[in-house]
Amino acid sequence: MRLELRQITKRFGSFVANDAIDLVVEPGQIHALLGENGAGKSTLMNVLFGLYAADGGEILLDGQPVRFSGPGEAMAAGIGMVHQHFMLVPVFSVAENVAMGHEPAKALGLIDLPKSRALVKEISERFHFDVDPDAMVEDLPVGAQQRVEIIKALSRQAKILILDEPTAVLTPQETDELMAIMRQLKAAGTSIVFITHKLREVQAVADAITVIRLGKVVGSAAPTASQTELASLMVGRSVGLGVAKAPAEPGPKALEVSDLSLVEPSGLTSLDDVSFAVARGEILAVAGVQGNGQTELTQVLLGLRHPTAGSIRLDGRELAGLSVREVLDYGVGFVPEDRSKDGMVASFTIAENLVLDQVSAAPFSKAGALDIGAIADNASRQIEQFDVRTRGVDTPIGTLSGGNQQKVVLARELSRDLRLFIASQPTRGLDVGSIEFIHARIVEERDKGTPVVIVSTELDEVLALADRIAVMYRGRFTGIVPPDTPRDVLGLMMAGVPYEEALAEHKAHAATPGALAAGAAPAVPADPEEGARP
Amino acid sequence: MSTMTATAPAVPATPAAHHVAVPISWKAPVAYTVLAVGGLLGFGLSAEAGETSLISIATGAPGLGSPSFELPTLASVIVLGLIQLALAGWAWRRASQRAKAGIWLPAVFGVALVISFLLWAVAGRGYAIQFTSLLSGALFLSVPLVFGALAGCVCEHVGVINVAIEGQLLAGAFLAAVVGSATGNPWLGLICAPLAGALVGALLALFAVRYWVDHIIVGIVLNVLVTGLTSYLFSTVLSNNTAVFSNPTQLPRWPIPLLSQIPVLGPVLFDQNVLVYLMYIAVAAFHVMLFKSRWGLRMRACGEHPKAADTVGIKVNATRIRNTILGGAVAGLGGAYFTVAAGLAFGKEMSAGRGFIALAAMILGGWKPKGAILAALLFGFADNLQNALGVVGVAIPSQFMLMAPYLVTVFAVAGLVGRVRAPAAEGVAYKG
Amino acid sequence: MTTAAETPAVRAAANKPSDQPSRFRGALAKAFNGSVATSVLAVVVALVVGAILILAADRDVQRSAAYLFARPGDFFGAVWDAVAGAYSALFQGAVFNISSSYTVGQFFNPLWDTIAMSVPLIFAGLGLGIGFRAGLFNIGAQGQIVFGAILCGYIGFSWHLPVGLHLLLCLLGAVVGGAVWGFIPGFLKAKTGANEVIVTIMLNSVAGFFLGWLLTLAAFRKPGSNNPVSPAVDATARFPSFFGTAVNLGFVLAAAAAVGVWWLMERSTLGFRIRAVGANQDAARTAGMSVAASTVWVMVIAGALAGLAATSQLLASPEQQLNADIAGTFGFDAITVALLGRSRPLGTVLAGLLFGGLRAGGYLMQASTGTPIDVILVLQSVIVLLIAAPPLVKAIFRLPDPERRRQKESKRAKSGLAAEVAA
Repeated sequence: MRLELRQITKRFGSFVANDAIDLVVEPGQIHALLGENGAGKSTLMNVLFGLYAADGGEILLDGQPVRFSGPGEAMAAGIGMVHQHFMLVPVFSVAENVAMGHEPAKALGLIDLPKSRALVKEISERFHFDVDPDAMVEDLPVGAQQRVEIIKALSRQAKILILDEPTAVLTPQETDELMAIMRQLKAAGTSIVFITHKLREVQAVADAITVIRLGKVVGSAAPTASQTELASLMVGRSVGLGVAKAPAEPGPKALEVSDLSLVEPSGLTSLDDVSFAVARGEILAVAGVQGNGQTELTQVLLGLRHPTAGSIRLDGRELAGLSVREVLDYGVGFVPEDRSKDGMVASFTIAENLVLDQVSAAPFSKAGALDIGAIADNASRQIEQFDVRTRGVDTPIGTLSGGNQQKVVLARELSRDLRLFIASQPTRGLDVGSIEFIHARIVEERDKGTPVVIVSTELDEVLALADRIAVMYRGRFTGIVPPDTPRDVLGLMMAGVPYEEALAEHKAHAATPGALAAGAAPAVPADPEEGARP
Repeated sequence: MSTMTATAPAVPATPAAHHVAVPISWKAPVAYTVLAVGGLLGFGLSAEAGETSLISIATGAPGLGSPSFELPTLASVIVLGLIQLALAGWAWRRASQRAKAGIWLPAVFGVALVISFLLWAVAGRGYAIQFTSLLSGALFLSVPLVFGALAGCVCEHVGVINVAIEGQLLAGAFLAAVVGSATGNPWLGLICAPLAGALVGALLALFAVRYWVDHIIVGIVLNVLVTGLTSYLFSTVLSNNTAVFSNPTQLPRWPIPLLSQIPVLGPVLFDQNVLVYLMYIAVAAFHVMLFKSRWGLRMRACGEHPKAADTVGIKVNATRIRNTILGGAVAGLGGAYFTVAAGLAFGKEMSAGRGFIALAAMILGGWKPKGAILAALLFGFADNLQNALGVVGVAIPSQFMLMAPYLVTVFAVAGLVGRVRAPAAEGVAYKG
Repeated sequence: MTTAAETPAVRAAANKPSDQPSRFRGALAKAFNGSVATSVLAVVVALVVGAILILAADRDVQRSAAYLFARPGDFFGAVWDAVAGAYSALFQGAVFNISSSYTVGQFFNPLWDTIAMSVPLIFAGLGLGIGFRAGLFNIGAQGQIVFGAILCGYIGFSWHLPVGLHLLLCLLGAVVGGAVWGFIPGFLKAKTGANEVIVTIMLNSVAGFFLGWLLTLAAFRKPGSNNPVSPAVDATARFPSFFGTAVNLGFVLAAAAAVGVWWLMERSTLGFRIRAVGANQDAARTAGMSVAASTVWVMVIAGALAGLAATSQLLASPEQQLNADIAGTFGFDAITVALLGRSRPLGTVLAGLLFGGLRAGGYLMQASTGTPIDVILVLQSVIVLLIAAPPLVKAIFRLPDPERRRQKESKRAKSGLAAEVAA
């Protein structure tokens, strides 16, 4: 099926998310939609899928104009979508999830479960998915859930499949498997729209590339285009190198974590014998695919959860078992990974958010009474220092942009003398300017002599900031390696391969260039993709 | 995030952590043991040797009547206590294996505990407990609770918290009484009861689904509205026209041939009026349809993950509105119990908090029709027990008997948390 | 999806400084959207609904409706008489009485009654409001009032102490009684996660039965009485009233409590933590606050305030004795008071006065026009429902509602034909 989007425009209030976008996807083609976070890719696909109504433009399928009032109609027309956040009901079985919305039914509307099971089996076998139709979705690993989503789309005879950032939650190896599946689907005649901001994946699998920036199509390219070309198209300026930072001057060891384990109530282990140390004036970056225990690690360090075993010593004091309050008071600064969920209270003012975790102590309160003046003074000072763009300190923080919100959180945590600074996904979803600012502040804190732990799933961010890199896989550290470790070695380690093996494999591949993983530059942040996330 | 970590063994899991294990929850076994020992000592010690308890059981067979059995109190209480201890032991065993005990365990345990309490309460009084009428009365008292709990299940599974069950019961009771009495036909009253409940459900849906008002707020305020409205109409329209509106009608009792002759259970289950039979049908139907039908799958999807439902073309808010109205109708039908089923005229606030107990029953029953009916029966039983023992004149003040089910609910709600899961998106407006 | 949703907000906010049209238009829009306008309109709608009910029950209206077309004047005259009669009685019972104006003090007697009536509503409403802002649905004011009443009443009628001290201890008893009954659900919620809605509903009933049982005991029974009522509270424990009116120390205490609650929520660290936990539990926890401690504090404070609501029944009302109906429906009415007052102290005081007035006026209305006081419940609930749904009020009065319209437009565009569904 041939898909054509003509002059699609979508506004949110005064903000234009999609500005007259044109896109043509030929039958049996893998068409990559490339762009930074927030460029408008997902909005465009939600318009195509009938979730948003376009403010202008038209959609043509095989030359016929169509109009979808909801996803139901889009699916009926042969469009399937695998969302970035899976649209699966966790407490339903695979078969129920696949059947949902077009259930085969018997008398009285009872679901014909054998039939839906058979359907899952059939598609699953055709593409070698290995998915049990009776498994509960919540019990499946992420990769398998994604395959359920694909089955869901295929079971509705999707001729065009939209994959929205499908590799964000996958290991490099699972990513390879997904690409194999994409090629298989293509061979079977399915058109695929592949949304991503990862250049290497685009080059590996796409037949055509359209680049979107700030809601507009800024160009198209053949898969043969160089990464540098694609990157500068995507970012919209010449690609610079990462943050300027002097080499670390590590002092004495400050944080020592040994044999840290955490077992979930379900019996599964989310932290498994983790040990590491961080020195003063050093940044340890924890890399890994989302969901491999990084969240739990930061939660345990902060005292939000108590470890099942192991110890956390900071400047000689045992932190394991202390409350969050005690850990914060001891001098740990913490930037949580999900800013709006854990880092701020949206309805509170900027001034209130700037003292959120310090309000019960001097100078912001005395004998249980708030010192409104001190809180306001502090706010004006921090706003200036961190360049927070706002109309006033009494503005609710929820009305600020993500970058400014993150600056508030960072300002709060960096405004006191710290023994340790922990930041999780410090720049997720932010614009380039804010990213640079925040990275500079983090390096500045390191240079003051504070030990810093950064957790990031963005390899680029890890490479930009790290003095040492710890790679996490399924609750373990696969290794702690130098900052100039090649990307593909890190990628293998993120999939659980130990450092030595990964290095050996890297050397073997380096001899035979052309493979996806080896396509990366051999060493250092000379990689052009760096430009996307400086 | 943590669940993803926890469930991400893409490659066969390395047996990583045998050295650290989840702590076992010993709450339930401890509770059972304490109750069993307490019951054994409390009832056993205060029972004097040689005392007997009389229990009378209707056989259902026409010729036999209701023979009485005389049981030695002490021995019976000890036997029942030992049964409870055995059940507690089973609970310990299951807990140590980290396995769940079935729902039968608390049910059987509760029955044993209650029977030993009964035997103790009537010991040496020479007065027989009418066991059959105790049970059939309990079943009848639990009718509005069961309908209310079913209404709660339907609404919560589609994602709407229904605190307005009380109002729906009351509205159903009111309209059933008015229509039944005005037409002199209880059947018409029965038919109209769900309409009144549905109307309240529609208001709940309007405010909760369309205007995104907090579901609990809407529910509470709707209860006040219905109370005010029915009381107002009762004191004006109904009182001004007593000739038309104050001759209560009653649904006839329909013993089911053969089934009602089954010993013990027959008279309890199958010698009731049509509303009770409707209740059986409703429980069975919802039990099957909620989990096995297209309707159930779609509506539960709206309560669990509305966005996912939307992306497969299910109209989330329309589904929510429809099923909230349906839930209201079910509760409204339950309201008929107070008037046309019981043969009473309408009275102000005659639902007397049953809607809230129904809500508690639904939660105790783990958001499932099957569990809800068990919990509702428990409440009905406690209610009727209080009546029955009041006649016998037991030393325990009746207020404490009345309190018991509420306290049981408090303990259960505090103890069950984390073991049963409410629909994930209940109470959350879908603004897609 | 997150990125998609996040982006527009981000950009829109970034653009904000540039798109501030005229300040005047902004102010105008604000007045229309403002909560004051919504509240006034909600009251208007409620009065209309009430009027319909009054008409439906009025015999003259019914009679004249039978020959409506023959003599419409009769019908409309009857309509006017019924509604105006009921509402003017309501007003005269709540604010001032035109017919019996011998002195200024008596002229405003109904207003003093209104103020007296509002005291328990204000106390309990203040407590519930704190709960709502903390994200807790405390439905338990009813039971907390009962326990406040039990302790307050017992101290009042069984201890015999000097003036002042006796009153103080009675107040303390009310605070402790309510606080204990509030502590239980708070503690269970904090320790086990037990749903506070269910637990408080259950505890309301438990409290009622417990009081019923106490009243069967000799210690709580008025000597020589067969009814379940306690002896009257000693004169030493009663609220002094002002200038012989119905207004007494209770209202002063309620007003002071409102100021105290304001200070607690806006100016104290405890209030800061309570608000933070209520608005975003995860962020509060990450900032080192104890959600459990906040929950327990909120429930204890709410319980104490609800307990104080009992004092106006025991230390000021004509009966001054415990009975099974001591809490009336104050606990539930206070929920609507707190909702109407948007959980803010000043709002709660005003809402309490409004509902106190409706109640005070309702008695006169019932006595003089025969309109049952139950209609007041309908007025209250309609007001609260409408205030919770401003778009509905705007739809009723066909006022512009920018947010709703945008949504509707996008919906219309989506389905192409959803226009007629609009209310």
